[in-house]
Order: sequence, then structure tokens, then C-alpha cells
Amino acid sequence: MANIPSDLKYTREHEWAKREGDRVRVGITHFAQEQLGDVVFVELPKVGAKVTAHQAFGVVESVKAVSDLFAPVSGEVIETNAELPQKPETVNKDPYGKGWMIIVKPSNAGELEQLLTAQQYEEFVAQGGGGH
Amino acid sequence: MNTALKRTPLYDAHVKAGARMVPFGGWEMPVQYSGIVEEHRAVRAGVGCFDVSHMGEFEVEGAQALAALQRLTTNDVGALEIGQVQYSLLCYPDGGVVDDLTVYRLATDRYMLTVNASNIDKDWRWVSEHGAGARWRNVSDATGLVAVQGPKAEALVGRLSDVDVTRIAYYRFATGRVAGVQTLISRTGYTGEDGFELYVAAADTPGLWSALLEAGRGEGAMPVGLGARDTLRLEMRYALYGNDIDETTNPLEAGLGWIVKAAKGDFVGRDAIEKVRASGPARKLVGVEMADRSVARHGYRVVAAGAASPIGIITSGSYGPSVERSIALAYVPSAQAAIGTDLGVEIRGQVKPARVVKTPFHPSRVKK
Repeated sequence: MANIPSDLKYTREHEWAKREGDRVRVGITHFAQEQLGDVVFVELPKVGAKVTAHQAFGVVESVKAVSDLFAPVSGEVIETNAELPQKPETVNKDPYGKGWMIIVKPSNAGELEQLLTAQQYEEFVAQGGGGH
Repeated sequence: MNTALKRTPLYDAHVKAGARMVPFGGWEMPVQYSGIVEEHRAVRAGVGCFDVSHMGEFEVEGAQALAALQRLTTNDVGALEIGQVQYSLLCYPDGGVVDDLTVYRLATDRYMLTVNASNIDKDWRWVSEHGAGARWRNVSDATGLVAVQGPKAEALVGRLSDVDVTRIAYYRFATGRVAGVQTLISRTGYTGEDGFELYVAAADTPGLWSALLEAGRGEGAMPVGLGARDTLRLEMRYALYGNDIDETTNPLEAGLGWIVKAAKGDFVGRDAIEKVRASGPARKLVGVEMADRSVARHGYRVVAAGAASPIGIITSGSYGPSVERSIALAYVPSAQAAIGTDLGVEIRGQVKPARVVKTPFHPSRVKK
């Protein structure tokens, strides 16, 4: 049932992080998009902005709710998904693929290792997941 | 105050269908089944079924019923024929809104009022206090209510009914059987599409519900939750009590002057409302369109274009799935209420550009 790819790392706020060489790609999980419902607006930082682990870097809005997006790792935003402002529904359709949000050049490589593994995240969600 | 959430007769059906249940006005209600946008589009393109059994129903009868309703409500009940429905308001003496409601004339001296779920207790006290002389009955718990809305609603309800529903005009009703269930079939709704609201006994509601969804399967009939009910009504600029109108708002500033009939004689709130009519309302409820897709939500502040100090407030806002834009309703000073006026909406500390636009946001297709 749970759609939680094993090669990603996860936050308790339901973001995923994927190491791509010396960069980290970030998005929200399948569980998060399901909880939000239809995503209608995504607000992302500008390229060059600094983000800090566990602090808000953007906002996702569904028809019913507003949720902050939390950075899995600290660092500099080097790319954002330019498609999302026009097609926010991509987050629902493909949260781990075309619905990615930002790519970060991490300033502290150790932070990635401190995130939840797929198995830990699955257990976290099974225990209620704390909401988004 | 009783904090236990109430459930409609369709609670089990919603849970079984996988609906997401949320608290709403003291009730545990389905906010969505398959998804708000999909359900919204199903109603605009085909047909959707809504459980609105949480709404309240009062019956009033007797020789004094008409006089009591004329005193309590703002619209002219004297103009109502048997079989006709009227949109109206209950107001306080200062013109603030107790509730918005529909009034049904069931017989010569018998009427039914349909009120908002969250206001049932307050309204019941109000009509009991100010509607003396007539016999009142609160039949809310005994009554189930299912709305069938969309361009295919007439075909669906017609197929299951023993009355010719094509002959029921907008804001008229008939009684008959639908799926074998004794039903008050009302050509009304809260979506801007053609359709019906079906009043049945509480115990008959699950049978009617499953019969409608079963019979409509070929037409793509689906259950629709409160989430899409809200986006559908917002695109039509229909007011929602507690968001756009409440005890602090005047009917005229809300754009509801058309259901205030001062000429019918005295009623609660008349003097206060007529005073506002004479001077013109200081503020108006307007349709607002955001320049980008950020959502202006209830309570967000409105500012004048290029200024920082607040001039108004958002009362409802959402992404409109049919208009495919972020839309909202807001109270703004009458001087800034003209269509085309540029405004700003403060969203998370940032002013986002917006504009006053014509409403409804999406064309109405009710059967006139």
C-alpha cells in the first residue's frame, strides 16, 4: 500500500530527499500529497536562496489547506522545478518524479544521513505520521 | 455545550465509500471521496450526489404561520404559492444576519424552513421566541436531504421518480416517490447547475442514496463532499453563512438586497436595513481574482493597490476548478468595489496582486 521508495531519505514533515552526486533533490511524499488533496499552488524559493534543515523553505496549498515545506538539509538552492507554478497538480500525479520541488547543494553532508530511512518513515506514517 | 459530533443517516455509507470525514459545524461530514477537483468537475459535466442531511428543517403551521414568517424573514412570504420555494434571511433588529434559509410553502397554512446545520439550535430558539402564535416543529433529526446536481441530474432523478420532474420549475417542488421513497423533490441547489434537493425521512436516506449512485453509474454519478460543495458555490458567488454573512454583516453589503422586501410591511431588522439602503452600504462583498494561483483564504487582509494599510477582508477563497483560477469573496469599501479595481491581498506577510471581477465567476446553468 505505502508508496515509499527505498532509495530516498525522509523527514517527519513528509518531505523526501535524494542524493544526486553532490546535490540533493527534494519533494513531498506520496502520503503528504494524499493528505493534502488536490495541490493548487506551490511557492518555492529562488535559485541562490539559502535553506536550513527543518525550517520552512516554501509553501504548498491544496483546495482546503496551506502547508509549509521543510528543508531536509541545509544549503543553497541551485535549481527549482519551473513547471510547478503552472502545473501544481504534478505534485499529486508524480510526487517522487516530475513533482520534485528544489535541488540543494548541501552545506553539511552529515544532515542527509540523519534523515529517516524508508523503513523508518513507513513506521512513522503507520503510527499516525503526525500530519503534515 | 455538547461537543460530540453528530452523524447523518449516511455516515456508514460515507465511511464505506472511503470518504475523508471531518468536523463541520458540529457534524462529522465527508469533505471528499475521490478528490475535490474531480468531484467538482463531475458536477459541472455530469451529476453528483451530496449528503446535506445535516441541514435543519423546521415546519410551521396554523392560521398565524404566514404572519409569523412575514415578521421573521426578510423576503415576502405572502408572494409564495403552494409548491414554491423562496430564498430568504432571518435578521436581528440591527440588520445582522441570524441565518440564510429557504422557505417552502407546503399547503395553505403550512411551511417548511431549511436552515444551516451549524445554526439549527440558534435558529430554533430564534423562531420559537419571535414566531409566537404559530405551531413550530423541529424536524431536523427526522429528515434526510440529498442534493443531486449537474446537467444529468434531471435524467437521473426522472428515471427513478414516479412524477414528471421535467415539469418542476426552478425554485418549485413536487412530492412523489424517488426509488420507491416518499420524497419532496425540490428544484434547488447550491452549485449553479441544474438539479434537485430531495427531502426524505431519515430512515429512507441510505436507500435513496445507494439507488441514486447505482442508477447513475453509467452517467458517472459520484458522491460529492463538502470540499467540492464549497468550490462549486464559491464559483457562483453564493454566500456561505459563517464565512460571507453572519451577525455582523448587513444583507445589503452582502448583495442580498434582492431578498429584502421592505414593501411587505414590518419585519425584524427592517428599520436598520432600510437605513443602510438610504445611505448606501459603506462596504460591499465583491468577487476577487488573484493574479497568481496563491489562495486568498477566509480572514486574510485586503489592501488597496500599492498601499499597505488594510481596507477589507477576505471572507471565502479557493482555487476554482472550473474557472481554473484562484478566486475569493471580500468585503471592501464601496468606493473600491467597482469591477476592475486593483487590490492586494496579504498572504503570509506578502501583498499579492488581485482585482475585483464580475460574478458569478462561472456562468450559472440553473433551469430558469
